[in-house]
Amino acid sequence: MVDPKIHLDKVSYAYGDNWVLRDVTLDIAANSVTVFFGPAGSGKTSLLRLINRLNDLVEGTQMKGRILLDGQDIYGSDIHVPQLRQRVGMVFALPLPLPGTIRENVLYGLKLAGIRDTSRLDESLERSLTQAALWEEVKDRLDDPSTDLSGGQQQRLCIARSLALEPDVLLLDEPTSGLDPISTRKVEDSLFALKQQYSIIIVPHSIQQAARIADQAAFFLMGELVEYAPRKELFTQPRDKRTEDYVTGRFG
Amino acid sequence: MSRYWVQRLGFALLGLTALAVVVPMLLVIGTIVVEGMGAISWEFITAMPSDGMKEGGIFPALVGTLLLTLGTALVAIPIGVGGTIYLAEYARDTWVSRCIRLAIINLAGIPSIVYGLFGLGMFVLFLKMGTSILAGALTLAIMTLPVIISTAEEALRAVPTEFRTVSASLGGTRWQGIRYIILPQALPGIITGVILGLLRAAGETAPILFTVAAFFLPRLPQSPFDQTMALPYHLYVISTQVPGMPLRIQYGTALVLLALVLSMNLAATVIRSYFRRRRQW
Amino acid sequence: MVAQPRAEAAQAGWREFIIEALIRVLGFSTIGFVLLIFLFLLREGVPTFYEVSPSNLFGTHWYPTFDLFGTLPLLLGSALVTVTAILIALPLGVATAVFVREVAPDWAREVLKPLIEVLAGIPSVVLGFFGMHVIAPLIRETLGVPTGLTVFTGGLLLAYMALPTIISVAEDALDAVPKSFRDAGLAMGATQWQTIWRVVVPAARSGITTAVLLGMGRAIGETMAVMMVTGNAARMPFTLDSLFRPARTMTATIAAEMGEVAQGSTHYHALFGIAIILFLLTFLINLVAASTIFKKQRRGGLR
Repeated sequence: MVDPKIHLDKVSYAYGDNWVLRDVTLDIAANSVTVFFGPAGSGKTSLLRLINRLNDLVEGTQMKGRILLDGQDIYGSDIHVPQLRQRVGMVFALPLPLPGTIRENVLYGLKLAGIRDTSRLDESLERSLTQAALWEEVKDRLDDPSTDLSGGQQQRLCIARSLALEPDVLLLDEPTSGLDPISTRKVEDSLFALKQQYSIIIVPHSIQQAARIADQAAFFLMGELVEYAPRKELFTQPRDKRTEDYVTGRFG
Repeated sequence: MSRYWVQRLGFALLGLTALAVVVPMLLVIGTIVVEGMGAISWEFITAMPSDGMKEGGIFPALVGTLLLTLGTALVAIPIGVGGTIYLAEYARDTWVSRCIRLAIINLAGIPSIVYGLFGLGMFVLFLKMGTSILAGALTLAIMTLPVIISTAEEALRAVPTEFRTVSASLGGTRWQGIRYIILPQALPGIITGVILGLLRAAGETAPILFTVAAFFLPRLPQSPFDQTMALPYHLYVISTQVPGMPLRIQYGTALVLLALVLSMNLAATVIRSYFRRRRQW
Repeated sequence: MVAQPRAEAAQAGWREFIIEALIRVLGFSTIGFVLLIFLFLLREGVPTFYEVSPSNLFGTHWYPTFDLFGTLPLLLGSALVTVTAILIALPLGVATAVFVREVAPDWAREVLKPLIEVLAGIPSVVLGFFGMHVIAPLIRETLGVPTGLTVFTGGLLLAYMALPTIISVAEDALDAVPKSFRDAGLAMGATQWQTIWRVVVPAARSGITTAVLLGMGRAIGETMAVMMVTGNAARMPFTLDSLFRPARTMTATIAAEMGEVAQGSTHYHALFGIAIILFLLTFLINLVAASTIFKKQRRGGLR
């Protein structure tokens, strides 16, 4: 196997003394869609947020183990966290447009990075909105408030906002949980196209979604990685009884 | 008597007490407006006082108050807004941040005359600024800090946490999130706090008694190191220290001061409600 | 990934470092100011305690011209005016807070709340002016006392100056009482009126105490209005009619006399000494008031 994009090495994580992740070891391949799934409270969102260090913002937590991105420890002392987050984009469960226009939202990350070249900004704007399958719907009203968009459009705007930074990795935390089936379909379609360029890790909002979009899937239960396998294997012939119970709906 | 009637009677009584709070205040405002209106003229606002302040206008006092308020703003806004950003965005809940909160509560409670003595001891005498606009503005600025900080902090905390997270997730540093998202969103609330603080400074007399105010000085200050007349002190002087002062001029002065302060109050209220209706979250 | 020129990034990093350091300093500045204020009061005020004998200092006569610095009449004057103010403001304030929070229809609330805020903004000197010209003559004529500049006049004005604080803090306290308390009261067959006085107000009493304390702090420290309407006679208020006689508070004494004393004289130090008492007194009151607020937060709030 080629070198993994991301290597998780015995990662444990706690809020206070409550360990929500225990000894997770996992390799994530480049240019594919990896799915973290499992029942609520199994630690998948926490794991996702560890990969771009968003958990740094939460007080009273502790972490053990290492996370390597392209072989480099992202919790190492030589890491510049804002730059790491430019490389590892994040899309949240709810569409969270920032106040301001559609254009300002997409270009926010680039503005923070100090990029002022207008032709480059215009190019990024069109490219990222196109990749997020939103360009056709908004190209005539780029300077309207972002909150004028529908929920589904807002979520694709948030994806475009992450893509504008041309990240290596895109993390998506139940990105379609608040969306109707048609919007969900559009988001999923854009993810298929995106994996040519990006490594995508997604926490799906249902098992069906996991089965639809995953290249590899990792099943988590109460903070432990139960099974990690290519989609076909995991959803048709799981090795672990607990995985089987969960994917066939007998869990509970 | 039935319980229902007890309740009816009780509620009516409560309504009456609320009226007893508000009506006298409206009477104060009404009386001053009615009695003072006659004195107001272009000359009253723009002329120097003359004949032992019994004639002429209140121009130097009005200008003095405006200058003092401006000076207070220049000092209090950076300190207040900076301090608020620290409390709302940087400080964790430790004993240090509790000390800061306690200090703010304490600053809010210190009597205005004690601020005056502090200003006299530190700025006028120890730092040798003399009785001057500078000394007065510095004293007033410290006094207004707690008002600005508590209002502005509320405004910063009202901005949803998610915006901070989103900004960080796009590679923003903490300061960039504050600079580009939090501050612009909290700006109306911050402005409201600043105005509320400044209107307190504009109306206060005790802190400026010994730090800046001149009894009678019929010219405009030339530099921050000059003394100046000021409206609230002027009202105090003409209503207690000058025998035979025409009542008309006293009421006129009170009206100008009241109008200045109430219009600032109105501005704060309007800004707050306007932006509360307009914001997107 | 988006590359940023290295030099530019380093420069931005430095700028941020300086800004954040500055913010931290400003955050701590409030503590510095409190300490500075206390320090300067001590510096100018402490000499009193070795220039004036304790028996003189706690005596009953304040005649600085004759080197008599008895602070007792001033302390009692402040206490009397403050107590009068609170006795008026407490029932009015709590009743108004209950009305605004529990009873008033929406339109009345929309009108009352801004009006009460306006009340908070009226300068003390304007109220004092009004008190002198309107209230004092009224009191003199209706009560037939020699002068309308009395403890009661001062207390009345102070009550109205403390009311906005008391109302808004008491209202927050009522607001913090969970809806379930109210529902429980009503479910047991009590009327809304009974629920308010037997359930809601008792549940909010620590907040109401805070409100009264803060109002009291405000009243003790008030200067101009009090100076203009209480008559400024430094006498011991021991007789029954003291309420309708002039008195003199600590704040008014400082304001009236500091302008005329020689810097560095005993009188000058003594006025700073009074300021120390005022500082400590208001500090204590606010500390107690704040500790009830902090306690509430530690319990996780009532919301």
